[in-house]
Amino acid sequence: MSFLSLTAADRQAMLDTIGVETFDELLSEIPAAVRMERPLDLEPALTESELMSHLAELASRNVDVNAELSFLGAGVYDHYVPAIVDAILERGELLTAYTPYQPEMSQGVLQAIFEYQTAICELTGLDVSNASGYDGHTVAADACFLAKNATGRSKVVVAETVDPQTREVIATFAPGFGLDVVEIPHRDGVTDPSVVEELAADAAAVIFQQPNFFGCLESAPDLAAAASSGGALAVARVDPLSLGVLEAPGVYGCDVAIGEGQAAGSSLSFGGPHYGFLAARDEFLRRMPGRIVGETVDVDGERAYVLALQTREQHIRREKATSNITTNQTLLALGGLVFLSWLGPDGLREIGEVSMALADHAKTLIDLPLAFEQPTFREFGVRCRRPAREIVSDARSLGVNPGYALGGDYPGMDDVLLIALTERRTVEDIERLADVLREVGA
Amino acid sequence: MSETYPDDLRYNKEHDWARLSEDEATLGITWHAQDALGEVVHFEPPQVGSEISTGESYGEIESVKAVSDLISPLSGEILEVNGSVADAPELINAKPYESGWLVRIRMSDPTEIDALLDAKTYEAWVADQ
Repeated sequence: MSFLSLTAADRQAMLDTIGVETFDELLSEIPAAVRMERPLDLEPALTESELMSHLAELASRNVDVNAELSFLGAGVYDHYVPAIVDAILERGELLTAYTPYQPEMSQGVLQAIFEYQTAICELTGLDVSNASGYDGHTVAADACFLAKNATGRSKVVVAETVDPQTREVIATFAPGFGLDVVEIPHRDGVTDPSVVEELAADAAAVIFQQPNFFGCLESAPDLAAAASSGGALAVARVDPLSLGVLEAPGVYGCDVAIGEGQAAGSSLSFGGPHYGFLAARDEFLRRMPGRIVGETVDVDGERAYVLALQTREQHIRREKATSNITTNQTLLALGGLVFLSWLGPDGLREIGEVSMALADHAKTLIDLPLAFEQPTFREFGVRCRRPAREIVSDARSLGVNPGYALGGDYPGMDDVLLIALTERRTVEDIERLADVLREVGA
Repeated sequence: MSETYPDDLRYNKEHDWARLSEDEATLGITWHAQDALGEVVHFEPPQVGSEISTGESYGEIESVKAVSDLISPLSGEILEVNGSVADAPELINAKPYESGWLVRIRMSDPTEIDALLDAKTYEAWVADQ
């Protein structure tokens, strides 16, 4: 939106439409006692030219992936977002973050959501997907609630290798859901299925992440089987970008798959907004949080889309709703759909393979010991000789952001630096990273 | 079917009925309940063997309009769940007192029967609403 008109004539046209003479008349219903009879205490307005200079100055203080060579990941990844994504999202018919309030009037939006759900089901190998969630963290809380209702149990088991922000969101929601959270410490960077099996016996859900926050590949089928053997739902938090290379969670026995969609079609945007996804096996259809679009036929037998299962939503069934977040991220989820459709299964696999190959190459070029001896996808940890936080700071002063210092989230891991590779980095970039790490004495 | 409230059943004000047989009871929802709900699309049953209590929810029933709790008229243990209703919830609309029954229980406190309404009282109460 580059220009908004607001002339006296515009104001008058709005007042005429409402049916009042003046702006004050519009406010006449508000008692005088609660009205502020003075202007807001704001600095004088800038001219357009001054404002643009001011905003440009503020924006220049941001450091993004174009301003430095970045190997930062830790949950948000610098994959290329093709131009077609924005080209479609900027269409007026689709440019809303929301499912419309008269949804069936907007068949195009509903069709887009239906196709998004289809793409998520294909990616995760599960039967039903909702219309998306806020982000990859709130969908984890939703999955806990779903599992509690489905099993009647009130404990959730979460691997310590799940994204720390996700665990924080689960911990925030848990008391309100009447849930106890038990975390499983990692063992050499991954989760031990035998520990899962012990804890699953009275758990509603076991939540693990593949690839995990350290970049390592969990023995996901064993974790899912361990969860199921105890009667808990197996919940995999997965990265959509990895699913061109790694097996779909529905195939290895998971009941629910959740995840952060960012890597597939959302720009970094300094950490958000992005979109979360949640898919499940058919038997949990009625416990799915949020909105679900269904396909049907209208009175003339033509294909039509509707919001399905709305009777379980918050606006109808407040205290027993399947989620207290009944909104979604339609615009960004649609971006994800465009991304996935544009790449197709082969393109997705290619990006995954290139990212993985670059990460493996980086392991050989970087002269530091691996934090964990485990297979990885596009991210891995190395051990530095001094705190990784300092290494990050020193390397950035040389124009390279070498990654994420794990110590802030994992006590005792101050020396671990997480390095992420995407198809946007080159072999030369990796050589420069290796040089800079040597130079700063990592 | 038209509005009926069989004489051999007992009712509560939440529109559930009970058919008594020695220490057992079969439960369902009344004609009025299914009429108010509209087309029933799903029945979420309790687990066989679980204990239910008078005045508390023992399951859910979902129509195209709403999801409602089933409020038990009696306390007891669930002996059986009507599987045909799970497969064909429209039976609840078609035959609420016969094939549309929901669960069979063993009563834990048969004196609770005294607090239930007979058909005439229930019908008068419904007409008053």
